[in-house]
Amino acid sequence: MSNISRRRLITTGLAATAGVAGLATAHLARRYGLIPPDNGGIYGPGETLTYAAQRLLTKHSLAREFPRSMISKVPFANPTAPPSEAFKRHQATGFSDWKLSVDGMVERPASLTLSDLKSLPIHNQITEVTCEEGWSYVAEWIGTPLANVLNAVGILPQARYIVYFSIERDWWESIDMADALHPQTFLTLGMNDGDLPVSFGGPLRLRVPRQLGYKSVKYITHITATDSLKRFGKGLGSASPEGGYAWYAGI
Amino acid sequence: MTHWITVISFFALLITGAEIVISHPRFYWGETGNSGTPALFTLPIPASRSTVPTGYNYVMPDQNGWSRYLHFEAAWVLVLTGLVYAAACLCTAHFSKNLLPPPADRRWSAFREVFAKYLRRASPDEAEGRSYNVVQRTAYLVVIFVLFPLVIWTGLALSPAFDSAVPAAVNLLGGRQSARTLHFFVSGFLVFFLVVHIAMIILAGFWSRMRAMITGRVVQPSKRT
Repeated sequence: MSNISRRRLITTGLAATAGVAGLATAHLARRYGLIPPDNGGIYGPGETLTYAAQRLLTKHSLAREFPRSMISKVPFANPTAPPSEAFKRHQATGFSDWKLSVDGMVERPASLTLSDLKSLPIHNQITEVTCEEGWSYVAEWIGTPLANVLNAVGILPQARYIVYFSIERDWWESIDMADALHPQTFLTLGMNDGDLPVSFGGPLRLRVPRQLGYKSVKYITHITATDSLKRFGKGLGSASPEGGYAWYAGI
Repeated sequence: MTHWITVISFFALLITGAEIVISHPRFYWGETGNSGTPALFTLPIPASRSTVPTGYNYVMPDQNGWSRYLHFEAAWVLVLTGLVYAAACLCTAHFSKNLLPPPADRRWSAFREVFAKYLRRASPDEAEGRSYNVVQRTAYLVVIFVLFPLVIWTGLALSPAFDSAVPAAVNLLGGRQSARTLHFFVSGFLVFFLVVHIAMIILAGFWSRMRAMITGRVVQPSKRT
């Protein structure tokens, strides 16, 4: 008799402990930003484990940089859809009117021209582009860290994600602040000692070298800071999960 | 239990891995490689992307999105199950008792005897029906301690964020494209083991082996007559 009640006591105790531990883990995971926006569905658990593990392991780590001798002689760019009329108009004027608007949770929303961006500290890095298909190349990328722009407009402390949009329709992504403030996340203006070619995202591409190539959106015109991704698109974080691809692409 | 979870996640990894390869069935050595550079070798299949020069005028349907989600989820299941298995094995001394070949068997002639017996198709005696011979033990140890760790390592080396934290993971393998090629070959060795493993079970009597694997009870075939 006492045996059964003891067993029940132990199982109830264990279940309660597991429940409390589960709730506490979920709470802590949310508080420390370990839950990706595409955490639902049958692939949600795997994606959450991956993102949480990466955020604990790779918050500040730097992507590998290579010597100049390793720059690929043959870089490769996946072809993009034919450019829109808006893009062609900018191309015809040499991108002199290209504007990057920065808004959302910032103190001083701004609209920056390419020469405004060039007046910020310009850095270069020799890093690899890795496509989810499997191929890769190394190139030198020249630009200003996104962090410089975010600091210039006064990013508010409650901002948790940066959402960025291409001039081309339905092409947008977002990253968390760990990647947005990362010193290698560049608003990229140049490649291999020249201007950034259009096929590689010129005149302006946001390069996120710690993630796969599809997070580095080409032809950037708009950046917004937010505390929640729920209001953007279908609320999955970016266009990628809407097309069946993971939001976090550092793997 | 861990065996059957591993079976499910391994098949998920195999199918999704094949789908991911189809998007770029060219392999390279070193750090970089793409459609504009020469390949180490190319699989003779069409690709699911039109940009890959395969020699076929046909583009396969693109299955990369869900394949990648499932590949990494199944990898988590496999790794976590592997940790539970390893912990259980250490507790019950399964590795040293049942998998490490006994000292008398650690010689080439012991391997030869087992192969000779396989070739004669001799039926196993009572003791062999209950335990593993030296070839089986070696194969299982190689799979558990060499191939699975290697396939996990080469897979992790393909993660740009993981490489930023642990650059040696990819540098020691000779670069990103080398890691991808090695990941493909180690997976191939695992598939080879799987094929032999299943062939052996079928030769040994599929249903009696299944019963033994699931219930732990062994019924000697000779007793049926």
